[in-house]
Amino acid sequence: MTGLLMQYSLRNLFRRRLTTTLTALGMALVVFVFAAVLMLSNGFVRTLVTTGSYYNAIVLRKSAGVEIQSQITHEDADIIESHSDAQTDVDGRRLSAREIVILISLSKKITGKPANVVIRGVTDKSYRLRPVVKLSEGRFPRAGSTEIVIGKSIAKGFQGTEIGQRLRFAMQDWVVVGIFDAGNRGFNSEIWGDLNVISQFFRRNVYSSVIFQLKSGKMFEAVKERIIHDPRLKVDVKRENLYYEEQSEMMSKFLNILGISLTLIFSIGAIIGAMITMYTATATRIAEIGTLRALGFKRFSILMAFVFESLLLGGAGGIAGLFFASFLQFFTVSTMNWQTFSELAFTFSINIEIILSGFAFSLIMGFAGGVLPAIKAARMNIVDSLRNA
Amino acid sequence: MLLLKLILRNSFRHKLRTVLTMFGVTIAILAFGLLRTMVDAWYAGVDAASANRLVTRSAISLNFFLPFSYKEKIRQVEGVSAVSYGDWFGGIYIEEKNFFANFAMDLRSFLEIYPEFLVSETEKKVLFSDRKGAVAGTKLAKRFGWKIGDTVTLRGTIFPGNWDFTIRAIYRGRDKNTDETQFFFHWDYLNEKLKTMNWLKGANSIGWYVIAVTKPELAAEISQRIDKLFKNSMAETLTETEKAFQLSFVSMTEAILVAVQLVSFLVIFIILAVVTNTMAMTARERIREYMVFRSLGFEPLFIFIMIAGESVFITITGGALAIVCTFPVVKAFGDYMSAYLPVFSVSPETVVFDALISLAVGFIACIIPLWYTLRIKIADGLRAVA
Repeated sequence: MTGLLMQYSLRNLFRRRLTTTLTALGMALVVFVFAAVLMLSNGFVRTLVTTGSYYNAIVLRKSAGVEIQSQITHEDADIIESHSDAQTDVDGRRLSAREIVILISLSKKITGKPANVVIRGVTDKSYRLRPVVKLSEGRFPRAGSTEIVIGKSIAKGFQGTEIGQRLRFAMQDWVVVGIFDAGNRGFNSEIWGDLNVISQFFRRNVYSSVIFQLKSGKMFEAVKERIIHDPRLKVDVKRENLYYEEQSEMMSKFLNILGISLTLIFSIGAIIGAMITMYTATATRIAEIGTLRALGFKRFSILMAFVFESLLLGGAGGIAGLFFASFLQFFTVSTMNWQTFSELAFTFSINIEIILSGFAFSLIMGFAGGVLPAIKAARMNIVDSLRNA
Repeated sequence: MLLLKLILRNSFRHKLRTVLTMFGVTIAILAFGLLRTMVDAWYAGVDAASANRLVTRSAISLNFFLPFSYKEKIRQVEGVSAVSYGDWFGGIYIEEKNFFANFAMDLRSFLEIYPEFLVSETEKKVLFSDRKGAVAGTKLAKRFGWKIGDTVTLRGTIFPGNWDFTIRAIYRGRDKNTDETQFFFHWDYLNEKLKTMNWLKGANSIGWYVIAVTKPELAAEISQRIDKLFKNSMAETLTETEKAFQLSFVSMTEAILVAVQLVSFLVIFIILAVVTNTMAMTARERIREYMVFRSLGFEPLFIFIMIAGESVFITITGGALAIVCTFPVVKAFGDYMSAYLPVFSVSPETVVFDALISLAVGFIACIIPLWYTLRIKIADGLRAVA
């Protein structure tokens, strides 16, 4: 019996293709917007979260939230490294890197507008600390030279970044000798060069951060205790992955507020659309409803049939919306991160949570739009509705 | 007359449906207005920028400083009438989420060059005489309940330590788009403290200079003159109009802006879908009536006006309701977002756009049903079952 009613609902949707399509399209657009904003925020967070490693620790000056605000003197760096108890590599050298992070302004390829780009002064150990940074073209810079290697997103988005070209900053020409790919991580939006050369040309006599690899992940707390309790130092120690995660907070919060308030407003519109459709569906089928009731279908079954029809409508919209939203994953967005003031490229990224909540959301919209018309249909009097034919 | 009567009667034949459709339009136009207002808010700093002002900063990027000694050299450039200078301080008030913009500026020259920040003469006097004095915007003071004489402590992120200030003045904005959420204090105070510290940004260095010019039409020329002065020096400069300077910040987050605008177009599509849907149902139900009209000799134009009139009537009413609602909604949303976007107000253009879109949607929505109605033969239409 219920199978019959469900088929009835399904066929009704097919019978009124234009209306069904338009209503589902409205819902699909809402789900699309909902998913798109969440994907944007998710992609942003993911890029930063995966940038840092759980096994690395980063030391910054106390209360400097980001590397560009931080400075660590040579003496402090020595003290930090003596406490760090870092992993050693095959040559027995500590896997610990002092780095300088500086923002420079480069012009974007398409718009020609300037944007802030991170230039990082690194040593050979910086590469070992980040095995995710892999050369995709050219070679890595020679130590002591004004050669630079640039992240893939910078190479894609900024002018003058092809191998062999020169970028001018700090009153010096820098030759691009290679392009690296860190696989959708924050490093792809950076330029790397030799630490000593960069500090010399930018006249910097302090480092921005000290990064070292822990012998084991569990050691972090002990090392941190030692460093922050040294009275000579005024520094913060963070796990590298957490450090990058924190940088995503402001932007992702903004995107989430924006996304959720927009979707709420739109969803009211879509629910109204569904209500219109379902009210019309009941109005044009009064005689049919009367017949079904006369055949012995209970009020509750009628109610369920109409709610089911509306849920189908919502579900179809949800699937369509998510389907189109999933194509957004091919797009890369590059924008300034408010916390670091530097450009960061990231992709829309979908996850199972977004899929489930998007689909649930579409069903809720369908239900909200269909429940009142369904009640109206179920409450009809048999005789009156039969006479209506 | 007959037409008007028909349109009104038809519109309210299904009261519930018409009212729901109107609400649908209202919601969509409201969302569109809200999004547009947000885009305006994004550009508020650009719009508020004066054509009479130039900004000189380090050519490398804003993170680099210029020597204090440039001030006199810039002042002597022909066409420059006044010079002010300062730093982005980036202090945090108690917690990170209390974010607001705070700057160390040379307050005397700054308030001269920025006449849109209104400070009473008596407050100015006290402010200038107090080394730790600070001036805050009306909205900012209201947000934290600050009164004149209160002590405010900021934790430095760029300049370490806790910094105490005394609120000596509260400024009001002269124009509607003046940002009233900023905080300024004496650059000298920062500089003196820096002299005692061994710090990356040494004493006597400047984040940027603000320059007032006598004639805005000479801005480009004056910019070039200034930059030429410092070409090939250890700190090359980049001078641009305040508008261009503000725009460079906006353009850095442009990707989000584009997304927001894209969404506002989607909103229009949603409205279209909803209204088209209603109109399609209407047309389908009334095929027989329309055919009766046609067989009685009414022109297709008559049918067109009847269908389009109904559609436009519904969208315009919904749109009008939306415009009325936009103002309180924007106000509520603006209070909520004030930490991100300080200036939030509905522009006249937004209202005009709202009205135009409602009208356009009304017309576009009736295209499909109209085509459907005019396409079928009268005889088929008369036989049709809804």
